[in-house]
Amino acid sequence: MNARPNDPNSPELIAQHGLSDEEYGRILEILGRPPNLVELGIFSVMWSEHCSYKSSRHWLKQLPTEAPWVICGPGENAGIVDVGDGMAAVFKIESHNHPSFIEPYQGAATGVGGILRDVFTMGARPVALLNSLRFGAADHPKTRHLIDGVVAGIGGYGNCIGVPTVGGETSFHPAYNGNILVNAMCVGLVPQDEIFYARAAGIGNPVVYVGAKTGRDGIHGATMASAEFNEETEAKRPTVQVGDPFTEKLLLEACLELMQTDAIVAIQDMGAAGLTSSSFEMAARGEVGIEMDLDRVPMRETGMTPYEIMLSESQERMLLVLRAGEEEVARRICAKWGLDCVTVGRVTASGAMVLRWQGEVIGEVPIAPVSGSSPIYQRPREASPRALPIAAQNVPASVDEASALRQLMAGPDLASRRWIWQQYDHQVMADTVLGPGGDAAVVRIHGSKRGLALTTDCTPRYCRADPVQGGMQAVCEAWRNLTAVGATPLAITDCLNFGSPENPRIMGQFTGCLEGMAKACRALDFPVVSGNVSFYNETEGQAILPTPTIGGLGLLPDLDRMARLAYPAAGQPLVLVGESVGWLGCSLYLREICGREEGAPPPIDLAIERRNGDLVRRLIADGLVRTCHDLADGGLWVALAEMALASGIGADLDLPEACESPAAWLFGEDQSRYLLAVEPADLDRVLAAATAAGVIARVVGRTGGDALTLAGANAICLTELTKLHEGWLPSLMSAA
Amino acid sequence: MISRGRKPSSELPLPMKALVHIRLKPGVLDPQGAAIGRALTQLGFEGVGEVRQGKLIELELADTDRAAATASVQAMCAQLLANPVIETYAITIEE
Amino acid sequence: MEPEQAEARLTVRAGVITFPGSNCDRDAAVALAAAGASVTELWHADTELPRLDLIVLPGGFSYGDYLRCGAIAARAPIMAEVVRRAEAGVAVLGICNGFQVLTELGLVPGGLIRNAGLKFICAPVELAVATRRSIFTAGYGTEQPITLPIAHHDGNYVCPADKLARLEDEDRIAFRYVANPNGSTGAIAGVLGPGRNVLGLMPHPERACDPRTGGTDGCLMFQSLIGALG
Repeated sequence: MNARPNDPNSPELIAQHGLSDEEYGRILEILGRPPNLVELGIFSVMWSEHCSYKSSRHWLKQLPTEAPWVICGPGENAGIVDVGDGMAAVFKIESHNHPSFIEPYQGAATGVGGILRDVFTMGARPVALLNSLRFGAADHPKTRHLIDGVVAGIGGYGNCIGVPTVGGETSFHPAYNGNILVNAMCVGLVPQDEIFYARAAGIGNPVVYVGAKTGRDGIHGATMASAEFNEETEAKRPTVQVGDPFTEKLLLEACLELMQTDAIVAIQDMGAAGLTSSSFEMAARGEVGIEMDLDRVPMRETGMTPYEIMLSESQERMLLVLRAGEEEVARRICAKWGLDCVTVGRVTASGAMVLRWQGEVIGEVPIAPVSGSSPIYQRPREASPRALPIAAQNVPASVDEASALRQLMAGPDLASRRWIWQQYDHQVMADTVLGPGGDAAVVRIHGSKRGLALTTDCTPRYCRADPVQGGMQAVCEAWRNLTAVGATPLAITDCLNFGSPENPRIMGQFTGCLEGMAKACRALDFPVVSGNVSFYNETEGQAILPTPTIGGLGLLPDLDRMARLAYPAAGQPLVLVGESVGWLGCSLYLREICGREEGAPPPIDLAIERRNGDLVRRLIADGLVRTCHDLADGGLWVALAEMALASGIGADLDLPEACESPAAWLFGEDQSRYLLAVEPADLDRVLAAATAAGVIARVVGRTGGDALTLAGANAICLTELTKLHEGWLPSLMSAA
Repeated sequence: MISRGRKPSSELPLPMKALVHIRLKPGVLDPQGAAIGRALTQLGFEGVGEVRQGKLIELELADTDRAAATASVQAMCAQLLANPVIETYAITIEE
Repeated sequence: MEPEQAEARLTVRAGVITFPGSNCDRDAAVALAAAGASVTELWHADTELPRLDLIVLPGGFSYGDYLRCGAIAARAPIMAEVVRRAEAGVAVLGICNGFQVLTELGLVPGGLIRNAGLKFICAPVELAVATRRSIFTAGYGTEQPITLPIAHHDGNYVCPADKLARLEDEDRIAFRYVANPNGSTGAIAGVLGPGRNVLGLMPHPERACDPRTGGTDGCLMFQSLIGALG
């Protein structure tokens, strides 16, 4: 960093604000003078990676964001799609990784709180929460403490506010030992003509602060989320944000009630970078200016400075632009819900943010250059080394198939997550049709026969082995999960978790994953409508696996035409849809049973993906299929085992004639596949429909008995399997 | 290394008692305290300022030496009883 | 049935109180309306009540469950009138957090503390209908257990021995868990007040009124109530 003569800001101070020399130079150009401390703080958070997407923005442009059913794509607080009957679904996923590692309960809780506000700030009532959690190795000394805190935090917030947590995923890998991932997704519903946007307008309109008071919580949280961890940051903990779901519930009801009046012009929650980003973003979208008297902001602590007020990340706060003269309406409704409601400023034509403190101007920054012209980097990137395919015959069987199945079903990746989701209220609002534990959750659109299908998914080991294939697979897997319940996939929200973008290898992973995602989104008409990028998930140079978590949303037009995981009866033929080559490279079997974490991940043909999925969805819509599960981690036999456990009825699986590698048949992770159980009387029609659609489908077994068998042998009793499958997580969590 | 004291051998009360008063750090939001404060006002109690809710943990100890007892309870606080990220604690030893 | 009687049956008036933090108020209102009641939304800060045949204290986290679950809600302005109505014989149903409020009010004995396993539990549970002698439970058979969902962190029912003995003597235990999920004394899931017109229970009957979302064993309670009050 160059020292600049006559500049009161020392290079150290500038560096502490996470600004590069080049960025600081730009600030001098914008202002025509050195910034004061408040202004430096503003640039620091607005130009942090977290708020400005400076390393990712260029690449994110390649993602498709449009479709006839998309009402609002990326750029607002959340994405919006048309779900029919005049209703819209509003949804987004967001990371709260760093705070959850530091204080797992509050970090996860405030992550849930933040994503809820992103949804209800648009006028939608939140109807479902999901999450995607990645922890370090199960036997790592910190893991149990982190699971315990994160799960309690997610439950503590969601349960209290009364939005069901209906689904999610949890996995373990040593690459997350020092950086866990907590990604939270929220879905809300709103009549299409009652959507609110965060676009300030109307010169002279009041800018109003609603919600909890401002304290010194999480100051510089946004800059922290944009820097690598080291021992120093872990010791230098800022004031941790504490979530207050009770206040959030009041804020939710007050906002929705206020939205029923004509008072609101624009509304945005104060999330990362608090008052700064909410005021700047609203002004930037509306191309107006804002002036604020910071001493009017409700404060929780004494002696707070303008710098702290602008940068505080206190939770459960909203910033509103009201129609002039409507302040009283807002005050009355907020008073009813026991919330502060204070006019802190007004909209101006100046195009600048003017901040006052006790009547004096203490900061003045033009809005457009801060919000819109933040630096954009095309950082150097380097492709990952090519992972080579592994032929099934080169994978010697180390244990018999039944033992392998037992081990997989009772291992960290596939063992039941009941211990986790039983701590989440997944039924409040009484519209949960399919809760946690299946391919996708299904939530009824209140008062109708239609449902939203929801899922979160990603296979990070594929992304590491081959970022392009992995990115593609993450989108396809989400699409499949929705298809498997019978829903029409509509759109996704993504949470892109990676290491440091300043490392070319990581940047290569990031751009590779995006390339794959973009291809899959295009081929499947499955656009991205919202999302979040989380870089710098690394500790002491050890990065996490590339983890582009996909949150998918689909529509079930008729809840009577829906498929579940559990088959209803014995004697049903099992139909496998899709082609099985027996791909073991990068599979769970190879890693968990053979101890080899290597190989290229299974390839995906997007045309086949689409054809197979479209067939399955049609079969469900036609009422021919009521039981379906998509094949994922662990392949065919694992999928069948999961269906059997859900049913409480066993099944026999055929072995193909002259099967060279039973392991490849049973545990291969070939893509684009589904397993169906059908009524014997419907079998011919199902197979004929597949043939007509040009889809490979064949009978591979039959339901029945109280065990899983392989060509009539190798029985694993379901009671035993249940015990193993259900036992792993509780025993991990209760271990001394 | 902290002496962990001997196991209590009988039902008799142990010689020393520690009171650990755990509070949220100043500045950390206390939603519970705030809700209790509002409820008190609603019930007509006037003049109540900020309300903050803490925890009081009572421990019986086998130690006979005050300094050793304090050191041992301090270790308990650091390792388990308090969350150093958001809480502070004060220890009182009673004989 | 005479037309006049049919008309009378339609006018069972139920009120659902919303406290700050209630989150099952809508679910209860939907279930009551489906069972045929006309439902009025009530606000915690009100001090007067309209004419009502049934008052429901819904589930949720009134006042964030801060201080003690249900403690602050029990001191809400509306509660003085609720107690008066209960004592005058109006039916009062407290579900989950509403049960906690009823114990804080003293309308049912005992209290609810943290689950024995210390975790929040959301799961369907089997319940034995311990008495049919109430307007809430008359619609159930006593032989077969019913299934209702629970979703709570503090559902562990405790009751002093003398009061428990009285509950038993007076046949006021309404439901018992078949497999005790939370450590409740006597596996008690729901109890009646002394006049049998007040029921507090931890499970959520309002979430079990639709075969699609949680079974139908909850419907019977609301139908039984509407039938008895109509």
